[in-house]
Amino acid sequence: MNETIINSIWLLAALGLVLALILYFVAQKFKVEEDPRIDLVADALPGANCGACGKAGCRDMAVQIVKDPAYTGCPVCNEENVARIAEILGRVPEKKDPMIAVVRCKGGKVNTEAKAHYEGLQSCSYAAGVMPAEGGCPFGCLGFGDCTAVCAFDALHINPQTGLPEADPEKCTACGACAKACPRGIIEIRKRRDEDGRVYVGCMNKQKGVYSAKVCKVSCIGCGKCVKTCPQNAITLENNLAYVNDALCISCQACVDACPTHAMTIMPLDKKKAKAEPEAAPQTI
Amino acid sequence: MKTFNIGGVHPHDNKLNTEAPVKELPIPQQVCVMVSQHLGAPSQPIVKKGDKVKVGTVLTQNDAFLGAVVHSPVSGTVNKIADIPDASNYPKPAIFIDVEGDEWEESIDRSPDIKREIELDAPAIIQKVKEMGIVGMGGACFPTHVKLMPPKDAKAEFLLLNGVECEPYLTCDYRLMLDHAEEILIGASILMKALGVPQAIVGIEANKPKAIEHMSEVAKSFPGISVQALKMKYPQGAEKQLIKALTGRAVPSGKLPINVGCVVDNVATCYAVYQAVQKNMPLIQRTVTVTGPSIKEPTNFLARFGTPVSAFLEAVGGVPEDTGKVISGGPMMGKSIMSAEATSVKGMSGILVLPEKQAHRNNIYPCIRCGKCVDACPMGLEPYLIASATAAKDFDKTEKARVMDCIECGCCQFTCPSNRSLLDNVKLGKATVGKIIRARNAK
Amino acid sequence: MAENTKWVISGAPHVHGPESVTKIMWGVVIALIPSFLVSVYFFGMQALLLTVVTVLSCLVFEYLINRFFFKRPCSLGDGSAMITGLLLALNLPSGLPLWMAIVGSLVAIGIAKWAYGGLGQNPFNPALVGRVFLLISFPAAMTQWAAPKALFGDPTRWTDALSGASPLGFAKEALKNGVPADKISEMMPYSDLFFGNMAGSMGEISAIAILLGGIYMLCRKIITWHIPVTFLGSAFLFSGILWLCSPDKFMDPVFHLLTGGIMLGAVFMATDMVTSPMTAKGKIIFGLGCGILTVLIRTFGAYPEGVSFAILIMNAFVPLINRGSTPKRFATCK
Repeated sequence: MNETIINSIWLLAALGLVLALILYFVAQKFKVEEDPRIDLVADALPGANCGACGKAGCRDMAVQIVKDPAYTGCPVCNEENVARIAEILGRVPEKKDPMIAVVRCKGGKVNTEAKAHYEGLQSCSYAAGVMPAEGGCPFGCLGFGDCTAVCAFDALHINPQTGLPEADPEKCTACGACAKACPRGIIEIRKRRDEDGRVYVGCMNKQKGVYSAKVCKVSCIGCGKCVKTCPQNAITLENNLAYVNDALCISCQACVDACPTHAMTIMPLDKKKAKAEPEAAPQTI
Repeated sequence: MKTFNIGGVHPHDNKLNTEAPVKELPIPQQVCVMVSQHLGAPSQPIVKKGDKVKVGTVLTQNDAFLGAVVHSPVSGTVNKIADIPDASNYPKPAIFIDVEGDEWEESIDRSPDIKREIELDAPAIIQKVKEMGIVGMGGACFPTHVKLMPPKDAKAEFLLLNGVECEPYLTCDYRLMLDHAEEILIGASILMKALGVPQAIVGIEANKPKAIEHMSEVAKSFPGISVQALKMKYPQGAEKQLIKALTGRAVPSGKLPINVGCVVDNVATCYAVYQAVQKNMPLIQRTVTVTGPSIKEPTNFLARFGTPVSAFLEAVGGVPEDTGKVISGGPMMGKSIMSAEATSVKGMSGILVLPEKQAHRNNIYPCIRCGKCVDACPMGLEPYLIASATAAKDFDKTEKARVMDCIECGCCQFTCPSNRSLLDNVKLGKATVGKIIRARNAK
Repeated sequence: MAENTKWVISGAPHVHGPESVTKIMWGVVIALIPSFLVSVYFFGMQALLLTVVTVLSCLVFEYLINRFFFKRPCSLGDGSAMITGLLLALNLPSGLPLWMAIVGSLVAIGIAKWAYGGLGQNPFNPALVGRVFLLISFPAAMTQWAAPKALFGDPTRWTDALSGASPLGFAKEALKNGVPADKISEMMPYSDLFFGNMAGSMGEISAIAILLGGIYMLCRKIITWHIPVTFLGSAFLFSGILWLCSPDKFMDPVFHLLTGGIMLGAVFMATDMVTSPMTAKGKIIFGLGCGILTVLIRTFGAYPEGVSFAILIMNAFVPLINRGSTPKRFATCK
């Protein structure tokens, strides 16, 4: 009995020693020299593996950043991340405007009247092949959430009241996954302008004004008033649809006040100047 | 009895009021003729507001190889060119014509006599078919003249006439075969001459014994044309399945019927070819089945293109109270429409009105892996696998599961006991994989 | 125009076939009725009580897991829990203590089914997992077969009246003790085995009742012929080969088909849609594997009966079989 116990102890000890030695030599033999900064940079990245940079994941991105000093970097990093990475690598932190996903449709359940009831696969990409939006707008948001499904940061959610997606400014990193997922290209990545407010056209309808007004209360009818009021010449009108050039806009809100259909939008809403609309018109985002 | 070899389902055929004669639908006050009514490059309107048109006046032009023109189905004045939703529910350009009288272009032969001798030679026939705007009238609207010009390396051996009408409810081809058998077969002879093929087979499903009998009788005087009765099975009217059923040949993946020596045309297309070539009459009207369980008197109407769906529905006594869904085409592959504004086009074979009870999708249960979709797929695919790969956004897997072979017949979703949205997912997968493949080829 | 009502928009097809999960599940329940009645006939009220307890406990566990664990809508309506309960009951000896049956139900529903995500996700047949769990945990109780009431003959001539061995167990023991196989067969006439006059699990005793249910399911197209036929066929052939090699040492193939759970297994357990392959080709491979494994376990294994193990082992191969047995593609076949 004793002998059995002792024998097994010896055996296991010897086995452990031999295997440990093998492991040690193999580890030495196949050792991979790696820049220790890669791990540090990878830690400093957001770590969501969102794929916005086009790399296989955050670590892959870290390898790229460390290797290539000219590499512009992670599109979703906030200032803090950028500063940490710059510190690790001893580079000057790159300055960039904070961005956010902007939903350029305000139709949804409130401002358009559903003309049909859709049943079937709850996917915008599929439903777009069967119908325009339930309200009839061929350019509007379908509301089945292809964009929210791809958001790696839990920042985009369909508002049950309006049936439209809304980006949570706290969480949105402007990775652009939602913009790619939207079959209608409604979502755009624009500058945040949290202080002054971001101004954009909340409509994608390229139909003539008569038709777009028929399907949606807040559609851009292509009247061109915004173009005329803009002091920066930042607004262009093409195919009956206005577009605000993000680079030129100074958030003066002249166009927001001029827009007869409230398609021109400013976000966050509280940045809206009180004088512009003493009695807030019924408007939803 | 012949049929295709794998898969298929047996939906209840629901052919209602088949023996009623075709009625001519009164021309509405205004028609909206869709500018593009075919598969391929879009056409451009060549008329403008205020232009006077007659029945048969050319309204659009299309210089593309894969293009077809549209003729005015009525006489009157062009009111405007504006967008209206078509069967896809998306607004598309249409020519609005205010109807005044019913004046036809002089070149059109409106006499009731049947003309059998084919005077034109093959190139002239093809030219005529193109000029008269003939497209496949089974629903796909593929320009017919393109089918008549096979690529150099392929040789047509058979002309197959599709009189299968495997879609439940639809009866327009059936009525056409009973009323115009001779014209259809002359049309077939014209196509045979254009293609230089000696043999044509008409495929008709066994649920239309009268049509089989009548067509066989008439076909006796047409050398080279035979009628083949086919066992009832959906989707026998699909091109590949029909070729398999009639000739035993299988069109390989990614190939066209012409690669196995076959050209398939709908019987309605043959009738249109007859009228175009023998009577000089462009494609301006067609038979449309207006039917549904709640419709009091389901009827086949001969109607000019551009007639709104609402006019058809009024002609059968208005939209029934409990209507839940209106479909352009048949119940298996048709498109549900949002409003009765949509107008009839070359490819609209029927208007099906479903009551509220039948309009909805059933509750979805988890997949129980019964394999019924696999058994039902006429292309031998695994719909459950394609659908789940697509839902998981694993498009590599979707592609490897041969999603591009899918003919979108809907057998999988029809048969699924769990009521899963199989075809929805498969179509989404097919569209996405198609994009991926195009992007890859572009590189 | 009645435009005020909103029409439904959806993709094609706009009609649906007559099949539904609920219809399939209740079809199986109907098919199980003959076997159930036979078991009640032979084993009396005890069998009825055990079945009711098993089915009820399966339904209760299904409801509780759904309601409190996954917080999903109630899934009792699809009938799958009912089938698991019925099949589990029919796989148990009639004299099993009721609390054991409840434990078995918990394992079947909780572990074999919902741990994998519920209906359609489970790789193994829940009822069989429940049975095998009980068999391994309580081997004594699970092999205490109550002898059936005498009907066509005197069953007690080959076993004692209170707690008999099943024919397979009896045969295995006898063969081990050197009794020639034909002697053993003589003790158990085929007619008894066919009609169910033998000791065994409640549902497995009567081949004819099971076949009736099987024919019903075939007519309703709930199952296809592939699995039962290949399962029974391969078991028959394989045991036949063994028997021809050495008729003294091995039982004859007919005995193998009529005894134990092979009928129940081939018709009801192996054909479970969720845990069997999708294509005809796959089903044939699956059936063959089940048949051969069953006979292997029966003749060479420690257990007298191997159907449950055989099916569970083949269940594990189903994903592999599915990958390897893609359907005939259009245009690649003649």
